[in-house]
Formats: sequence, structure tokens, C-alpha cells
Amino acid sequence: MNSSDTFFQDTYGITPIDLDRYLAAALSEGGDYADLYFEHTTTSSIVVDESLVKTATEGISMGCGVRVLAGEQTGYAYTDDLEPARILNVARIAARIASGPARVSTAGVSSASPPAHNFYPVVSPATHHDLAEKLELVKRADVAARAYDPRIQQVRVTYGDQVRHVLIAGSDGRSVTDFQPLVRMNIFTIARQNGNVQSGSYGGGGRVGLEFFEGDHSPESYAREAARQAIVQLDAREAPAGEMEVVLAPGWPGILLHEAIGHGLEADFNRKGISAFSGRIGQRVASEICTVVDDGTVPNRRGSLNVDDEGAPTHQTVLIENGILRGYIQDKLSANVMKAERTGNGRRQSYEHIPMPRMTNTYMLAGKDDPQDIIRSVKHGLYAVYFGGGQVDITNGKFVFSASEAYLIEDGKVTAPVKGATLIGDGPTALTRVTAVGNDLRLDPGIGTCGKEGQSVPVGVGIPTLKVSRLTVGGTAPRAANSFL
Amino acid sequence: MSETQLEQLARNLIQRAMSAGATAADVVIREAEEFSATIRMGKTESLKEAASKALGLRIFLGTRSASSYSQDFSRSSLDRLVERTLSMARVTSEDPAAGLPEAQQLGRYEGDLQLYSPDVAKLSTEERMEWARRAEDAAFAADPRIRNSEGASFEASAGSKTYANSLGFMGSYQSSYCGLSVVPVAVNGSQGGMQRDYWYTVARSATALESPESVGRKAAQRAVRRLGARKVATCRVPVIFDSETARSLIGHIFEAVRGDAIYRGASFLAGKLGQRVAGENITALDDGVRPGGFGSRPFDDEGIPASITPVIRKGVLENYLLNAYTARKLNLKTTGNAARGVAGPPAVGAKNFYLEPGQYTAEEMLRSVKAGLYVTELIGFGVNIVTGDYSRGAAGMWIENGELAYPVEEVTIAGSLPEMLNHIALIGSDLEFRSALASPSLLIEGLTVAGV
Repeated sequence: MNSSDTFFQDTYGITPIDLDRYLAAALSEGGDYADLYFEHTTTSSIVVDESLVKTATEGISMGCGVRVLAGEQTGYAYTDDLEPARILNVARIAARIASGPARVSTAGVSSASPPAHNFYPVVSPATHHDLAEKLELVKRADVAARAYDPRIQQVRVTYGDQVRHVLIAGSDGRSVTDFQPLVRMNIFTIARQNGNVQSGSYGGGGRVGLEFFEGDHSPESYAREAARQAIVQLDAREAPAGEMEVVLAPGWPGILLHEAIGHGLEADFNRKGISAFSGRIGQRVASEICTVVDDGTVPNRRGSLNVDDEGAPTHQTVLIENGILRGYIQDKLSANVMKAERTGNGRRQSYEHIPMPRMTNTYMLAGKDDPQDIIRSVKHGLYAVYFGGGQVDITNGKFVFSASEAYLIEDGKVTAPVKGATLIGDGPTALTRVTAVGNDLRLDPGIGTCGKEGQSVPVGVGIPTLKVSRLTVGGTAPRAANSFL
Repeated sequence: MSETQLEQLARNLIQRAMSAGATAADVVIREAEEFSATIRMGKTESLKEAASKALGLRIFLGTRSASSYSQDFSRSSLDRLVERTLSMARVTSEDPAAGLPEAQQLGRYEGDLQLYSPDVAKLSTEERMEWARRAEDAAFAADPRIRNSEGASFEASAGSKTYANSLGFMGSYQSSYCGLSVVPVAVNGSQGGMQRDYWYTVARSATALESPESVGRKAAQRAVRRLGARKVATCRVPVIFDSETARSLIGHIFEAVRGDAIYRGASFLAGKLGQRVAGENITALDDGVRPGGFGSRPFDDEGIPASITPVIRKGVLENYLLNAYTARKLNLKTTGNAARGVAGPPAVGAKNFYLEPGQYTAEEMLRSVKAGLYVTELIGFGVNIVTGDYSRGAAGMWIENGELAYPVEEVTIAGSLPEMLNHIALIGSDLEFRSALASPSLLIEGLTVAGV
């Protein structure tokens, strides 16, 4: 396999001189800036269902996206054919956004170089391994999930990996390459007891190789967790309905941050003044025990990148510091317009997509509280351990995230499991109600995918144990009927 | 590529797979051209244009199978694809249900489905931008409280799909799509609150789109009426889902009758065939032959001709929705619901799955509610198809004595889908096909609204 910094030159014969020609065509009708995003992605996936290897799939997608920026305007075109004539053609199509004299790219693209840091130095990417080796891992998960409890009746294991080569070249003369591996395994279980059917789902991964799947990350440990969730739900009672104190377990429940504040801090919405957080830099948006960062540099994490999809290095960006809003999540266009620093958050799903500000790994720094003390401090409330997805209305700030495993807290003790329920809150005020932050920061297991305007990108989240004094829980059990109230 | 070239490519790939040792194979090829323009605050924000292609190959070795996809149509790349797919198929499991449909099931619906209209591709870039500009202008003109905008977009696409298999099926068809949407933002001057909402129109022909002015006006009304929204006290009340949010409910029913969920027992409707699962007033059909429908097609992605499948009739579950694989798993016949992108084997997709309309106007439905919630937006993913448990974030209007009283936000609605299907008290007459899923407005009793 080619090393990443010369992949496109070796495979498709693309030289710095070619890049200059394409960029000149992109700026042939004016425009302030143009860039090229070359991508070559190889994927492989396996599905084991009913203990049968039902599907194995491999695929290759590749292409080049050409972007032209003219003020706040974007022209974009792409091709899945890397012949020079085709790329020149799409460059001219993207150029149509501008209308003026040609602006010659004076910078001249230098030879592309790899990023200064490598946050995912994977020696042997999973995609390059034999199918048989991956099948072994997937089958182990299937066996372990079934062995967990005889009530586990169905197990479905999905495994997927990819390697993405990118080359990003801008009319400012900068060009950079990156090699981005990504792996994920997920186990879905169904438990049945006397006609009561429940499900569980768990998994993990990251920008790692196959060697990642051992110890805490072993197929067995993921499978047991997926099976445990389904079994627990067999005893779940109706979830409560209404406002109450909520304790969030560490890790994946960090989806709270992603929905409550993360999307609302993406700079495109704020540049346009349509976010509930617009114009609030310097204001209090969380209690003073909260500090939240977006960090694309955490080694081997699913949401991490060496450079974003506009070629800028990723950072740890402080979004909220001791409760005060400090910054937005920027891409190139928004940073230019807002005269702010880029934060390395310009991301896109593929060469077919226009980049925009997106999160990487969003998490809250650890606090001082003992997690057990936090639970003990709650008289009546909900302890939410694991979540499905979430969503937010950027403009009014209302967000939801759906608990798939949760328990009642009664007199400081975690008691009965309750059915899945959606939690709803208001982004700009939800974190002002955080009254305790645990000392146990944990990041999610590496399964998150974020959707925005039709584009999906891998992301991470994390929190320590958190206590929120008031959040609306969307169950079905009216308060009066709850024994604990 | 021309239709002949695409069919030649598909035939060729199948021949190569068969001569390399496959016992059966099929190929799907997609080609598409897409265009989008976004106007924001009267100015062009973005223009995007592209053409793309991709193919998917599935190979069987007896009852073992594997699949692959590629955007590289070069001879050498396709040779490698065949070879890799065969070698993968050798290590997958024997699965007695695997395989192509039976040869005698294959075919093509011969009626005119009106899936393609050349007028979509003929619109000039300027015309498309002008449509978006007019929609946004209309939103601003509709109400002085519309002070900002997320923009208006015009999207157009046209493309072809070719499917071929080693049983001799070969077919192609073209389809087109265009849509106009606008997202205005309403600002409450005195209280500083801000609300956005949207409206859109979609069609397979540009002439079938609603006027930009009516789209803009409607979007503005929807955004403005949300200003000043508040929470309500937790309660159990009747809930009216407008036709946009009711569509998500029909989507959950679709998920629950998909063959793959059924054979795994991963659906609250598994094992319920022939049983009453909904009120007698409920009939849901999956119609693959509706002219211009977004889920219509002459044949599915395994070569099964389009048809109409009754799913629920007068409350009784009559059919699951199946492709060849899930049909074999359940000892039933495929309903022609195979759907695949280019990557991976066929899944189960909706044709035009809809709930039959009732006789009630929106006013009549409102008048029947003394106190309740009229839902215009649902957010989040709190729906469990395995158990039927339902809990989602909602926004809309509070209903008092049969009239819309004030806007509501930051509440959830919760219940259980099996019970909800049996408590649909009134069905609206306002069925409109704006996607492959469609539902009229619905009044459902006994849901829990959680708020303060």
C-alpha cells in the first residue's frame, strides 16, 4: 500500500503542477479562495445474524470535490472520475459562483505533506486484514452474547472498517495529506421472557487497528454489555413523566453536551444569527463547575482528526470555561466572516459534500465530586446510564436525548429500571442547572455518528457523572402514581 | 452512459462473475446528476452541481453470498471486484434462505409511472435560483416578524437505475426529482425569542411544484405562530398529529412490518399476521404503482414487478413487507420491497406506504378536543420498534375548547405504538404524498404529555 503522502501521486499521477492547474480553473472567474479535496475510501463490513455470516461487503469510493469561496458564497462541484479533463471541468463549474476577472493562484501548491502530528498512528489498518481474521472477532461477539443468559434469543453483530486517503490543496499554496482509519463493531441483542421482548445495543471502535479489540474492548466485553442491557429491560417499569432531578452516568450520556450546546455553538448558525447562542460569547451559559471542550486531538478516538477536511490542524477548543461561553466551533468560511481563529472543525461526509463547522470529540472536564455522593444526594430522580440518539432545534435551543437504560433514584439509592424515555431541555439554560460534576470523566466507547444537513460524520462525546437539578423526563407514568413521590 | 451501455456493463459483469465460478449474481448500477442552489437573505449562498455513478455486485456460491461496490468502472477494477467478491463469498456462511427470487416472479410493471420529467433538467441555473429567491422573499413579505432566514433552497436531480441478474432479468428506468424549501426565522421583538420553521414542495416534474410564494408564506406562518411558546403541565390528553408529523408514525408502522424485523422477532408486530393490530378505522397500503410517487418504480431492486400490498386492512394485519430473503425466512412470497443502495445486499424499503384518509377536516378534528396538543414538530429518536415504546420531543399548539390557544414547546409525548394504533379516534381527509411515506392528520387519545 502507498504511504499516505504520495498516494494520489502514485495511484493517479496527480502532481503539484496538476493541482495548480485545477486551482487556476477554479479561480478563473474570480473568487477569494479555492480548494481541492481528493478522497479515496475503501470500506469493508460484515454482518453476523442468527449466528450466520450473512453478509460481507467491500467497496471503493473515490473522487474530487472543488470548492470556490467568494465572500460568503460557495461554489461546489465534484467528480468521481480523477481524469484531469474531468477535474478541470468540475473546477470550471464550481467557478461559476464568482463573476469577475480571473484571480491567478499566485501561491503555487507545494508538495503535499502529512500533518505535523499523527493522532492515529495505526500500523496495520483493519481494512488491509483478511476477512477471516475479522470474522473471528465477530463470531466471538455472537457466542459471548448468547452465552450471557438463556433469555438472549437473537444476536446481530455488525462490523465495519474503512481507510480514507485524503489530499487537500488550497489556493493559498497549502496542501496536506492524511490517512484516516476507522473501525467499529456493534452488537444488537433481543431478550425474551414470557412474551416480554426487550433489546440491547452496545459496541465500540475508533481510529485504531484490529488489536484494539481486546481487554475492555474485546468482542466478549461488548457482547456481554449488549446482552446485559436487554436483560435489565425485562424488569423495566413505566418511566416517570415530568420535571425532575436527573443524574447522568459518565461516558456516552455526554450526548447531552453534543445536543444541548455543541450544535448551537457551530459557527455557521452563529454567523447567521440563527442560534439560541448567537451573540452570547462571554455570557454565562452553564454553572461555574462546567468546562466543556471540543477536542479533535484525542489519540485514536472516533471523532479525532489530524487535520480537518479543509486541511487545518485540529485543536482542543474551549467552548465553555467555568460556565462562561468562550468560543464557537469554526470552519474556514465562518472564521473569515467572524474574524475569528479557525478551530479545525471544517468537516464533510465525503468529497461530494461542502464542508461546514462540525464537532469532533465534545466533552466536559472532570469535576471534584464523588459519583457515589452525587447519587446519594438525590432524594427522588432519574439515573440515566445509556442513551440512543438526540436532536436539537438550533434556533429555539430545545434539545432531546433518549435514555435507553435508566433507573429511578429513591432516597439516594438507584432502584428500579425504567423503560426508555426521551429527556427534553433548553440548551442555553440546561447546563446552568448542573449542580454536581463527578471526578470520573469518561469518553464514549466509539460509536457516535452525527448528522447535520444530510451529512454524517463520526464524532465522540464524554462527561463525568453529572447532576442536573431539573430536566423534563418524557415517560408515561404520572407523578401521583409513582411510589417515590 | 446510455441505457444500452449501462445494460451492457451489467450483463458483462454478471457474465464475468458466472464464468469465474459464481452460481448466481446480480448487479445494480446508479447514475445521477444533482444540483442545488441556496439563497439566503436575498443573496446566493451556495451553488452545487455534480454527476456521479456507482455499481453494486452481489455474488452467490450456492447459498453463500457476498457483495461489493465501486465507483471505478475500469476493466481492471471490475475484474478485481469480481475476484474479491468471490473470495469473500467463500468465507461467509451457508444460508438456506439466501438467493435471487424465483425466475417466474421476475418482471416489470408496464404502466406509465411518470417517474421522469425532462423539465427538471431543462430549468436554467438562473431560474432555479429565482425560485428559491421568490420563496424567501415571500416569507419575509408575509410577516414583519420574519427577520432572519436559514435560507431557501432549490434542489434538482435526475438519474437512472439499472438492475440485472443471472436469471436473465434486465431492466432500467429513469427518474427525476425537484424540490423547493425555505426556513425563515421569526423574532419576537419584545421578548427576544426566536423560532424557525420550514415549508417545502417536492415533485417529479417542475410544473407540479407549489408556487414559491405559497411555500414562503406557509413557512412564515409556521415560524411566526411558534413565537412565545411555553411548556405545559404534565398531563394525559388527546393529541392531534398534523399530516407532517403523522407521517413519522406511519414510518414506525413501516419499520415494524419490515420482514427483517419480523423474522428476528425485533418488532412489536412480529407474529401478528392475520390478527387485529389497530382500530377498525385503520387501513394502510403500500402502493408501488402510484403515478409520480416517490416510492414508485417499475420493479424493485431484485427485479420483482411493482404492485399494491395491503398491509393493514380495517385493523387486521394482512401482510408484512418483504424482499426475497425475508420472504424465504418467513415462508411467504416477496412483496417486491427489495431496496438497495449500491453497497450491500437488498434491505426492505417502502413503496408508497400510506394510511388511507378519513373524512374529517382539520377544523372538525380540533373542535372535538376540549384540551389537548396539536403537534407540528417531533424531534429525537425515542421510538423502540421492538417493544413499541414511544417517547419523543414535541412542539406545536395547545388546544382549548376546540381552538388553537397558544404555542407549546419543550414537552415530550409518550405512549406505546400498539396502543396508539388502537386509539386513533379521528382520521383527517388531508392525505398528501410528499415522500414514500404519507399519512393524513390523526387524533390519538391517551398520550402522556410531559412538561413542567
